[in-house]
This record gives sequence, C-alpha cells and structure tokens, in this order.
Amino acid sequence: MTNPNPILEVKDLQTQFHTQDGTVHAINGVSFVLNKGEFLGVVGESGSGKSVTMMSLLRLIPIPPGEIVSGQAMFEGRDLITMEVDELRTVRGGRIGFIFQDPLTSLNPVLTIGYQIMESLQIHTDLSDKGREERAIELLKLVGIPGAKKRLDSYPHELSGGMRQRVMIAMSLACSPRVLIADEPTTALDVTIQAQIIELIRDLREKLNTAVIWITHDLGVIAGLADRVLVMYGGLIVEEAPVAELYANPQHPYTEGLLGSIPRLDQKGSKLVNIKGQPPNLYEKPTSCPFAPRCPYVFDRCREENPPLISISESHATACWWDMDNKRPRNAS
Amino acid sequence: MPPDVPGNGAAAVKSAREVLVSVTDLKKHFPIMQGVFRRQVGSVKAVDGVTFDIYRGETLGLVGESGSGKSTTGRVILQLDKATSGSVTFEGQDLSVLSPGDMRRLRPQMQMVFQDPHASLNPRMTVSSIISEPLREHDQGNGDDRDERVDELLGLVGLAPKHANRYPHEFSGGQRQRIGIARAIALNPDFIVCDEPIAALDVSIQAQVVNLLENLQDLLSLTYLFISHDLSMIRHIADRVAVMYLGRIMELAECNRLYTRPKHPYTRALLSAVPVPDPQLEAVRRRVILQGDIPSPANPPPGCPFNTRCPMAQELCVAEVPEWRQLESGHWVACHFAEETPDTSVTTASSGPILTESE
Repeated sequence: MTNPNPILEVKDLQTQFHTQDGTVHAINGVSFVLNKGEFLGVVGESGSGKSVTMMSLLRLIPIPPGEIVSGQAMFEGRDLITMEVDELRTVRGGRIGFIFQDPLTSLNPVLTIGYQIMESLQIHTDLSDKGREERAIELLKLVGIPGAKKRLDSYPHELSGGMRQRVMIAMSLACSPRVLIADEPTTALDVTIQAQIIELIRDLREKLNTAVIWITHDLGVIAGLADRVLVMYGGLIVEEAPVAELYANPQHPYTEGLLGSIPRLDQKGSKLVNIKGQPPNLYEKPTSCPFAPRCPYVFDRCREENPPLISISESHATACWWDMDNKRPRNAS
Repeated sequence: MPPDVPGNGAAAVKSAREVLVSVTDLKKHFPIMQGVFRRQVGSVKAVDGVTFDIYRGETLGLVGESGSGKSTTGRVILQLDKATSGSVTFEGQDLSVLSPGDMRRLRPQMQMVFQDPHASLNPRMTVSSIISEPLREHDQGNGDDRDERVDELLGLVGLAPKHANRYPHEFSGGQRQRIGIARAIALNPDFIVCDEPIAALDVSIQAQVVNLLENLQDLLSLTYLFISHDLSMIRHIADRVAVMYLGRIMELAECNRLYTRPKHPYTRALLSAVPVPDPQLEAVRRRVILQGDIPSPANPPPGCPFNTRCPMAQELCVAEVPEWRQLESGHWVACHFAEETPDTSVTTASSGPILTESE
C-alpha cells in the first residue's frame, strides 16, 4: 500500500494484560498508517482491541497489569513506544489530542471547565494568562457552546451530556493537535445530540485539517465521516479499506456478517444475519484465525494458520484465507 | 378511545385486530421531596398522559431518547409502578382496580425482559432455579415437571440442558439475555414488555437476540411492547411504532408509514439524526439538527413539550398543548401543524425539501 503522507505509523503493536486468571492477549500485532488530514474509522465490538490499540500507542494503559510486548508507533519521526516519558507528555494532549467516551468521568468534577481547558494550554504553550483565557473562549465558541465567556466558570455537572462532550472536544483541540483520537465519543449520547456532535466534528475537520482516528462500534456513525476504515476482531485488524469500498464490497466474513446483522433505518429488511457463537477468548495467543469458530466459510487452513493482512487491491486488505469474490481459498502464502 | 385501523392495511399485523392492552391517559409523576420534613416541592412528570392500544400478536415499538419516559411507561403498564392517574386494561380488565391477589393471578400472562442481563439475574441462583422461579411462585407442576419445563425452555432460547446447573456469571451477555427471556416465557405469557433488551449487547449478538425474540413470537403467539432507543432496530422488529418525547407520545403509526412519511417534526428530526451504514447515502443525506437538549421532565415547557427545539414552532405551540388526534386512519399525532409537514421521507437520499436546516 502506498502512503502518500503518513503522520502516524504503527507497526506490530502487541499488548497483553497479566491478570490473576492468566494473560489476556488484548492486541496481537496491529499495524496501520494514518495519513495527514485523514479521517480513519476503527470499528470493532467490545474486546476487539480498538481502544487498547490507541491507549497503547500513547502509553495510557496501566503498567502493570498491562505490558506493551512489542511494536513501534512513529509520529513525526519519533517512536512513541520507546520515547522518554517527559517527551511523551509534550505529545499527549499537545500534538495528539484525545476524546474519551464518557465526558462525565473524564472531566474533573471539582474544577471549572475554564481551568481544565487552560491547564492544557499552560502545559503545552507559552501563552500568558490572558492569552490562555482568550484561547479558551475561542475554543468554546468553536465547539458551539453558547455564552462561552460565562461558561468558563461552570463546573461539569452544570452542563448537559452533549455540552460536556463539546467541552472535551474543545480541550482536545486546545493545542491544535495534528492527530485527534476519539474513542466512542458519541456512544453515551442520545441520537439527536450525537447528530450535533457529528456535525461539529465534520465542520471542525474542514476548518482545522486535523487527522482523526474515530473508534466506534457503530457502522452507521462512521459511514458518513470516515475516509478509510479498519475493522478489528480478536485483537487484530481483519480488514482495511476506503469507506465506500468496505461497505459495498466487504472482503472479510466478519465485516460481511456485521453489515448483515445491523438493521437499517431506510429499509425494512427480512431476517437479520446471525453471526453465530461468541467473541473469542483472549486468554490464548491466536494461532489460527480468531474468527474461524464463527465463520461460515471456514476451511482447514483457517484452523491451522492465522491469516495476515493480505492486500487485494491498492487500498483494500483483508486477513482471510477465503477469496469471497471467487468463492475459493485464496492463493496466498 | 380505540383507534379504528383498517384490517387490510398493515400486512405485518397478524390475525384480527383484537385489542390486548389498552392504555388511556396514563400518567406517572414522581414526587420531588426536599427539606427536613420531606415536603413535596414538585414532581418529575415521567409519563404525562399517554393513550394507545396494543393489538394481540403485534409488536408495538416504543422509541424515545433517554428521559422520554418509555421505560416508565412499560413498567406502569405491567403495574410494577403504580400509575398516578389513567388506566391500563388487559383483555378488558382494568388493572389499576384489581386487588393484589387478582393481579397476581393475572401476572403470568404479562412478563418483562429487562435491559441489563447482568443486573436482572440473581448471581446466587442457578440458571435452573432462575427459570423455574416463576413456575414455583405460581405453583405450576411438581419438581420433575418443572425440571422438564426448564429443559424445554432452555431449548427454546437456544441453550443446552447442561447449562441448567450453572450460574449466571458463567455466561456471556447474550446468553444471559437468553436466560432472562426463558424466564419471561416460562409461564406462557400473552404479553411481554421488552425494555431495551439488546442495548447492553454487542452488535453481532444483538441480531441473535432479536431473531430469537421474533422466532418466539411466531411460535408462542406473543405480543410485544418493544422499548428501544435504536430506531433502526425498531423499524426491523415493530409492526407499529410510537415515538415518545418528554413523557408524551408525539406520533404513532404503522411502522413503514412512520419511517417513510413522518408527520411530527420531532419524528422527522429523530429519524434524520440516525446514521445509516451506507457511505453513499450518508454523503447525500441532509439532516435536521436540533438545537439544545431535551428539557427536564420536572419542569417541562408550557404547551407542546417539543416547542423549545422545534424548527416549526409558533405561538400556538407555546400556548396550547396539541391534541392527540388521528390524522389518517391509524396514524396518530400530537402536533398543531402536522398537516403542514412535507410528505417526504427523511431517511433516504431523495428526501426532497427538508424542514429547515439549522446552524
């Protein structure tokens, strides 16, 4: 795959959690590239490793019990995984911003939102007190919070869920990051509020040209937002394609099953497609395809060898031994 | 007031249209207490006057955002919460006037599937005792009969007899929900309130549970009140759909009609806000973006509850609560200006001129 302008390159990232019950293989060799200004969607169910991937590359996972076993995450020529912590701190919240799922637990309840926004400006910029306040007001206006100046003195509990998420977005954008990582930012919100936030992100993206990684379990949300999508399953990327291609022509049985299992608002379909069985057990390192026990196309090789991501066109790759187009095993080593 | 619905119209609605559950002007207000003497200083109007019928054999979808009162409606219908006013009749019997004993005798006919399968199953009971509890409660059969029935029920919901002696923590979320469903159907009910039964489950598991509910409905001729915030899933499963906002029903119509020709501005906004998993369609869809948030049910706005966010709101909407009226046969709406809403879809690309676009 050609990468015209990569800003973040992740290679073979592996993270494990050592628990009392054994080692959880949360992600097992994840590699991907984020290009400048690109909107990358990451889809997967709970436990697929989508959040752990992003937390690992910013080293936000608790160590122990977590352990980043291997991998590289090159950002602006430096490896985030081996970087000194002091240096990493200048990247986190500065060059790379993030938005978490639940704004209520990620905002500090005893500090005003003005303080919380200005805190990150204080750490990452050399603006004066006045400059910081101006920037904070500007940010709140940018994310569409009415009465921005007054709102600086509000506490998180005085805001609604949608407003809190707007504050989170303002905080993450405070230092004009090159990359913004959003982990299920609309999952906790009602659908009309979700629509407001999606509109806001779309709008901001045009204005700021920030590269975005948007993690979600909702294939609907990213359909209208993303340029490219990664599908994760069992701690691995199982498919990667431009958004239109992925939805029209899924090449991994899991993606196909997922698209078939969601009802659509715009049509009354017949029966939903079942993906049989349960998500994989992560206590064992995958030696076969993690989707094999649930896969309708499974054959011998799937149980023996875990397929790598195989490129099937310039921009489309799938980790599957079965050639869905030609309905036969793929010729790949 | 039973709505007259043409028998031929909705093919999805099976059999003759016999009213099973009838809800009339149902209200549930929770008091807000304050001070040392716990004086009542106000009330949260969780459900504030809803009227609808549920026909035998159908699935009525009840959608709304959080705080709209949909779960409370479900609980009050089953008499798990006592209504403040209004009535619920089941097969013609007014439930609110029944004695506890009579209610108990009627209880096997109406059951509930809860949202959170982790919280709704007792962790100290085996699956077998969880599923057979309603049988024991209502003195059905002896021990052997009940064991047999448990095996049968496990089979119906896609679990194996060997699961009977395990505990809930040994199961995944989807399997636990199956156990909850087995418990709900144990007494051969007619009517089940499904309160967000799939909201806590992963996408691929949601389809399994919904398919199971559909199969059981066909097999056991069940009637569902299916409460959900997921408009796509409601379209899939429901025959008719009611849209709730701030304790009131805004619109009720046959499913396809509601999704293709919504008449209430709130329904239109809600439908247009739901993303569709289709990049091409998403690229051309236009959205109605509502301003602001849902008001507090403790202090709802005067007039139409939606007037603070409605793009069409006029003076009349603040002055007067719109009447719950039948626009066309089977299509109910609470909006002064329902006739003036464009007769177009908001879910597909050919949405035509949409109400207004804010921002």
